[in-house]
Amino acid sequence: MSDQVGTITWISGPVVRARGSRNVGMLELVEVGEDRLVGEVIGLKGDQMTIQVYEETAGMQTGAPIYGTGLPLSVELAPGLIQSIYDGVQRPLPLIEQAMGSFINRGAHFDSISREKKWKFTPKVKAGDEVRGGAILGVAMETDTFEHRVMLNPDDSGTITWVAPAGDYTVIDPIAKLKMGREEKTIAMLQRWPVRRARPFTNRRPANIPLITGQRILDTFFPVAKGGAAGIPGPFGSGKTVTQHSIAKWADAEIIVYIGCGERGNEMTEVLQEFPHLIDPRTGRPLMERTVLIANTSNMPVAAREASIYTGITIAEYYRDMGYHVALMADSTSRWAEALREVSGRLEEMPAEEGYPAYLAGRLAEFYERAGYVDNLNGTQGSVSIVGAVSPPGGDFSEPVTQHTKRFIRCFWALDKSLASARHFPAINWLDSYSEYLEDVGNWWREKTGKDWLAMRNRAMELLSEESRLSQIVKLVGPDALPYAERMVLETTRLIREGLLQQNATEAVDAFSSVEKQIRMLELVLYFHERGMAIVKHGAPIHLIHDLPVVDTIIRAKSAVTNEEMHKFDDIQKQIDQQMGQLDAEYRS
Amino acid sequence: MSEVTVQGGQEVVGVGRIEGPILVVEGAANVRYDEVVEIQDTRGQLRRGRVLEVGEGYAVVQVFAGSTGLSIDGTRVRFLGSTLHIPVAEEMLGRIFDGLGNPIDGGPEPLTDRYADVNGQPINPTARIYPRDYIQTGISTIDGVNTLLRGQKLPLFSGAGLPHDQLAAQIVRQATLGKVAGAPPTEGEEFAIVFAAMGVKNDVADYFRRSFTESGALTRVAMFLNLADDPPVERIVTPRAALTLAEYLAYERDMHVLVVLTDMTNYGEALRQISNVRGEVPSRKGYPGYLYSDLASMYERTGRIRTSKGSITQIPILTMPNDDITHPMPDLTGYITEGQIVLGRELYFAGIYPPVAVLPSLSRLMKDGIGKNRTRDDHPRWGAQLYAAYAKTQDVRALASVIGEEELSDVDQKYLKFGRAFEREFVNQSFTENRTIERTLEIGWKLLSMLPKKELTRVTLDEIAQYYKGDDAAN
Repeated sequence: MSDQVGTITWISGPVVRARGSRNVGMLELVEVGEDRLVGEVIGLKGDQMTIQVYEETAGMQTGAPIYGTGLPLSVELAPGLIQSIYDGVQRPLPLIEQAMGSFINRGAHFDSISREKKWKFTPKVKAGDEVRGGAILGVAMETDTFEHRVMLNPDDSGTITWVAPAGDYTVIDPIAKLKMGREEKTIAMLQRWPVRRARPFTNRRPANIPLITGQRILDTFFPVAKGGAAGIPGPFGSGKTVTQHSIAKWADAEIIVYIGCGERGNEMTEVLQEFPHLIDPRTGRPLMERTVLIANTSNMPVAAREASIYTGITIAEYYRDMGYHVALMADSTSRWAEALREVSGRLEEMPAEEGYPAYLAGRLAEFYERAGYVDNLNGTQGSVSIVGAVSPPGGDFSEPVTQHTKRFIRCFWALDKSLASARHFPAINWLDSYSEYLEDVGNWWREKTGKDWLAMRNRAMELLSEESRLSQIVKLVGPDALPYAERMVLETTRLIREGLLQQNATEAVDAFSSVEKQIRMLELVLYFHERGMAIVKHGAPIHLIHDLPVVDTIIRAKSAVTNEEMHKFDDIQKQIDQQMGQLDAEYRS
Repeated sequence: MSEVTVQGGQEVVGVGRIEGPILVVEGAANVRYDEVVEIQDTRGQLRRGRVLEVGEGYAVVQVFAGSTGLSIDGTRVRFLGSTLHIPVAEEMLGRIFDGLGNPIDGGPEPLTDRYADVNGQPINPTARIYPRDYIQTGISTIDGVNTLLRGQKLPLFSGAGLPHDQLAAQIVRQATLGKVAGAPPTEGEEFAIVFAAMGVKNDVADYFRRSFTESGALTRVAMFLNLADDPPVERIVTPRAALTLAEYLAYERDMHVLVVLTDMTNYGEALRQISNVRGEVPSRKGYPGYLYSDLASMYERTGRIRTSKGSITQIPILTMPNDDITHPMPDLTGYITEGQIVLGRELYFAGIYPPVAVLPSLSRLMKDGIGKNRTRDDHPRWGAQLYAAYAKTQDVRALASVIGEEELSDVDQKYLKFGRAFEREFVNQSFTENRTIERTLEIGWKLLSMLPKKELTRVTLDEIAQYYKGDDAAN
């Protein structure tokens, strides 16, 4: 099916040059060498083409053939994506293991989506219907509960001339025929889409619904909206991956696409082994039944790492087009940027900062701009939210990838080494982080909880920044020199830090906090603060408040009170009233 | 790992250019990328090299032993047609090899027909078993708060003059599969140690050899030595050769293999040297942009796979230039490995052995190998509590240095005492002391009992009731 279009003239790592046909297209998928390794044309000059190869090139020879395919690098989209684990160019890793054993060999060619498996298809259109790109032709049950909406390729439109009756079909069986002008086209469930081209939609909607992650520091303090983009930069060991895993587990998205991009093999194995056993609190189904994994670990070929991000985002957009909310985790975008740098270096391009190519910022922007809350072509609404981890060298946030990423995201979760060292997890520094979605999602909180979340959240942040100022003084003169009112601030912020911000991902009760629990906890801490301030104003010494038994109760509430036992917070409030009321009465007189 | 027999290939007489350890060979046709070459100088001496880049009619070759004595016209280069392979066999245990895997102990070549590619192949993530078995090293700072698991890669970040070699030797000597308190011991599983030295002094290699001898493990050790006076370029192959043998032993012979690589900083320098000679675009501190991927291609050869009972556990040692943890070598290593054990100079000067700086140290896999049915139920929270308390101690110390100890509050005074005791009793232990996990937990609780109960918010109230031994009434 593919003809020889050139012969190899030069090889250096993942980059190969070849000479041959002038009809090869830019970004065309080619097969390189006798083993037919997957590659992509990234440069053309006269009869010379430059190709990045998605597999290990050791042992490849000059003079070996290049075969053209005439197609750009694409992903296969159809039922069967969910619960899959792919490499960076969408090859199914379990099939590679079956065929090649525990180690990944070269030249593997497998269908990304099973051609044998049958899906229960129910048509939603009938002959004679006029359909446009993106139209929902029918549905197939991808898991017991997940409805996969089979859509017309966005580039097609026409009149349906035939639809398959409801029944079991493979992804390549015809399910409809479409008359487009004079030609008739047979449609199957499977469609292909070039990874580097964003899937189209009608228009963008404002992002004003938060993506709830069950993580208090994220939802309550630095929320990201559905359809938004967030970055998590942090030095090694500060908990990027644990945070990404927590979001993948608990985010209220219908589909999770997790891209392990140049990271550890064991981490992907952990997800693979853990997610089938974890239950989604919203659907009661295993988390794996909403997850698509892309694993291009650090020791797998570097060019495929570059592709993995695009493979992942294209799959995410496909589910968005069906009208679902999709969250995409990319861990880590720095490794992806390094892959760009490595290929760029081999091409001897003029480097910009720290050896990165000048188009780094452009590529990052392209990626993050594929996030969004949109009206789809078929009238449904869906979103893709992106959470990208960044691994700055030496934890220095001034490096190019972090800096450019900051330009294209609206939510920044800065991880902090010193918090991680003190085992304060998630080690997200509340003074360096920000979210630009605060105003946008305020309404949602009001409707959902009936409380003024934004005012409370801002009050807590005010106390935390006050704490930071006070702790400068404490460092110089000790806490005893502060007036009681200021020490009361320190008491409260300790409760905020230990009781709210700290969250234990490995503990069953604490791992996920419902929105109601989050805001109630915040409310209690602020209530404690107001009462405490009143007491110290009457002259009560601070240690009396510090020693109240309820302080410990508030700190432990996160793991003592489950999401279902909201009434227990009323008990805690009663304890505050009782214990602080007593003090208040004592010193008021 | 595929088997390839080495055959003779085309030979080219004369080279076009020689620059440092790099040769540019002209007139060679259809050369394979990364293939091995044999280079013969005018006196008939053979050395080996590897192809780094191929173009039309030329190939760039890196010479492992360096280019000293090679001439433009007199050098013959023979292309061998396959990538670098080394023999692998069980009887390589107890032997000593050079950095390219040739025996240097006077013994014969290993008798085997198994040859494996030194580059290895990436493990398929679906074929891995997630590490869950903890290794008891008998060292409190590791077992207690930075637990090592089978199949983990946990580097030692050290500095010049710090006792990283002793600590590594102690780990190797004392490491046993950890058991839940009170469980019976398992019968001997086969273990092996693969040791690779890159650019370290002869003394260091000798120290390890003696230490293996004393612990009676020498027959289970394979040593790959590229010492300080050996050709630097060879260093690029040394850890790969060692890991190739380790993979064979673990995945085909079901052994539990502990790999010690020292010193990775020297490896990085060799890589930088090659990159500079080739005129590649540098990233930070002159290191090549692909340093991360290159290191990962070695560190990721750790783990367990489903088709084998064996495992590879890696302990790379690297000295941080100028004790700088943000230097590219420790930095990129830390991003790949599953945690790090950091040695601190201050503790060392205070006479504490092993001088493990607890706060920057970390074991990422610890959470999966400890707790109920593994070590003890309270272990995870106990560890977090010790960390939190010790971190707080640092703040208190900073404050004390400004306002003086006497001005500190009662609670802060207690933290100061806790910090001192933590370093002397928990971190500090002798080179021969092999503590059980129970003993480590006990010492930890004893130290936590120096603090008021109210400060212990990371452990549960039940755990406080069970293990807290302090006189809280006095607090």
